[in-house]
Amino acid sequence: MASTTVVDFPSNFIKALGNPQLRRNLRAAMDTLGLRRRTLFADPAFFAQLRARGDAIRQRSLRKLPQLLEQLERKCTENGIQVHWAETTTEASQICLDLIQRHNATRVIKGKSMVSEEMHLNHVLEEHGIEALETDLGEYIIQLDHETPSHIIVPAIHKNRDQIAHLFHEKIPDTPYTEVVEELNAIARKVLREKFFAGEVGVSGANFAVAETGTLCLVENEGNGRMCTTAPPVHIVVMGLEKVVERLEDVPPLLRLLTGSATGQLITTYFNMITSPRKPGEKDGPREVHLVLLDNGRSKILADPQLRETLKCIRCGACLNHCPVYTRLGGHAYGYVYPGPIGSILTPQIEGLDHAGAMASASSLCGACEEVCPVKIPITHILRRLRNESYNKVDSPNAVKGHGYKSNLAESLTWKGWAMSNAAPWANALNAKMLAMLGSQLTKLTKVELVKNWSQGRTLPRFAPKSLHVLAKEKGIPHE
Amino acid sequence: MSEVGEVSHARDHILTRLRAAVAQVGESAPEAGALPPLDFDRAERVARLKRLMEAMHAEIVVTDSTGWVAALKNVLRQRTLNGLLYAPETPLGATLAAAWEDDLPPLVGYTQEVEQCKEQLFAIDAGITSTKGGIAEVGALILWPDAHEPRLMSLAPAVHIAVLDADRIHNSLAEAMAQERWAEGMPTNALLISGPSKTADIELVLTFGVHGPKELIVLILDDQPAPSAPS
Repeated sequence: MASTTVVDFPSNFIKALGNPQLRRNLRAAMDTLGLRRRTLFADPAFFAQLRARGDAIRQRSLRKLPQLLEQLERKCTENGIQVHWAETTTEASQICLDLIQRHNATRVIKGKSMVSEEMHLNHVLEEHGIEALETDLGEYIIQLDHETPSHIIVPAIHKNRDQIAHLFHEKIPDTPYTEVVEELNAIARKVLREKFFAGEVGVSGANFAVAETGTLCLVENEGNGRMCTTAPPVHIVVMGLEKVVERLEDVPPLLRLLTGSATGQLITTYFNMITSPRKPGEKDGPREVHLVLLDNGRSKILADPQLRETLKCIRCGACLNHCPVYTRLGGHAYGYVYPGPIGSILTPQIEGLDHAGAMASASSLCGACEEVCPVKIPITHILRRLRNESYNKVDSPNAVKGHGYKSNLAESLTWKGWAMSNAAPWANALNAKMLAMLGSQLTKLTKVELVKNWSQGRTLPRFAPKSLHVLAKEKGIPHE
Repeated sequence: MSEVGEVSHARDHILTRLRAAVAQVGESAPEAGALPPLDFDRAERVARLKRLMEAMHAEIVVTDSTGWVAALKNVLRQRTLNGLLYAPETPLGATLAAAWEDDLPPLVGYTQEVEQCKEQLFAIDAGITSTKGGIAEVGALILWPDAHEPRLMSLAPAVHIAVLDADRIHNSLAEAMAQERWAEGMPTNALLISGPSKTADIELVLTFGVHGPKELIVLILDDQPAPSAPS
């Protein structure tokens, strides 16, 4: 779904920063996730080796993407999984809707899937009178409160137990108020177990798809993913088309990187590998399995050698957990489905810089995200590229959609002048003289909007009355 | 899909774009090699799997091929369970049926398709399955559910009991896949299970027993136990 609104970042940021509860919740959670990851990857040599392997696997997968997708389609079809292709999120949602309606289903149970968020699938289904129930505990919590995930791995991390206690008490009939996490969990288990029992169609994402065998892999801890993919008679998998890997042997290193980077786990409770629908003689499992492959701008990203690195992402969320901006704002302030550093490079490429380009400014370029990224995505380099293309119109088919949206005459003239003044000594001298004269007047301009805003969190610079060049000359230093 | 033309249209468009995209970017540098294989000895494999799975709140009982039924009975007698879901047509199921006693939770066979017995599956307290093997590196069981041991056996009941042959504990997942040639024929569903179901979605507080089993009990059948090593 192409966005039609431009997100108001400054006001989102101010709102998020002014919410002490949110900041406390986030800080504690992100510190814990960071610590767990560091503990798990305590051996830097091992991590370096594993990560080089993960990077290589993802690079190869992207290099061979069209042929791997065709192979995946062929293997899945042989195995009885029906494959569908969608250029846009609207198409992907329509495919899901058609499949669900074809089975006259009104009760859909969902395992956590960021691609389904990208598609706004729940919204589309609800518009057609279909209940699309999130069954991951975190997703269930935020769905009850009509929110979207604030983190790609722990979607309800912005809420604390008191907030969840109130929510359950208000929204789930006959539920006593409790702040005990185990009791909250038991409440959700009871409600959702009935839903698993009655679900007519299961929808899930996939962490990897193996072209060699036509296998769809799901990583999870709760068992809701297994429920959604096992109990209903129909299972629909929605997946970004970049998630394919070539061989089964590519899976173990990526799995290790994913669980370690995401939550500091050696392995999750369940690793669920699905290769076919129920075969004759088998007693359970869905009779139909569908795979919906979503493009939504990914094929365009693939064309650019630098930008394509974005598609290596295995959605572990480590870059969010380690980002000084994300850990202070949480995911909602970004205004789009994918927040944090990965969201800041992915979203502007999909939605266009003119819509989401401001996300690329939500970074101090400290590089923590790159240090922890399990597949070595050069996030800060791509952020700078997006910032540059925001100002510059680029004459290339690989230019990011909406490039040059920030370009303006005053600014380009200023930079031209700056370039000239540094190339010609006379212009430089003139420039220094002007700044010495005018710069000292800056402090008197604190009532002017631009200066006022800028100086709110900063001390205004005082320009020296004489430049170094002039001072050196006065001291009689030759060839300064 | 109902409108076939429209769908193949999307497929062709996407593949055309992808082919053009990969053509723009040449071959990259040689690929970083595979990680060196792990090499635990047999006793280490058993001990490591036990330690890691216990850390994930699985209950591990190390027994042997003659004593495991007694060990299982002991596990069951410590609990109040309304029944034990089992697979009557497997050797494991036959052993259980032959050795069953009246004071134990009744054995209930998973013999019909899920559509005929879904209520029972969601109501029974415990299920017992075999395993295809284990993984020492990360501490997990390998299950390949099949026609006799369906997928919901290890998922719907609140207690999952798994029987693991110590000889089939691999060093790593990569090793299991390679040695057993998984790529030549994957089953409908292959699973790794490392403990009872869990979540940390509320304030990262780890809580066990969400949507899957609340308890995972693993009987490891080890006929060559290591001489009691220092712990």
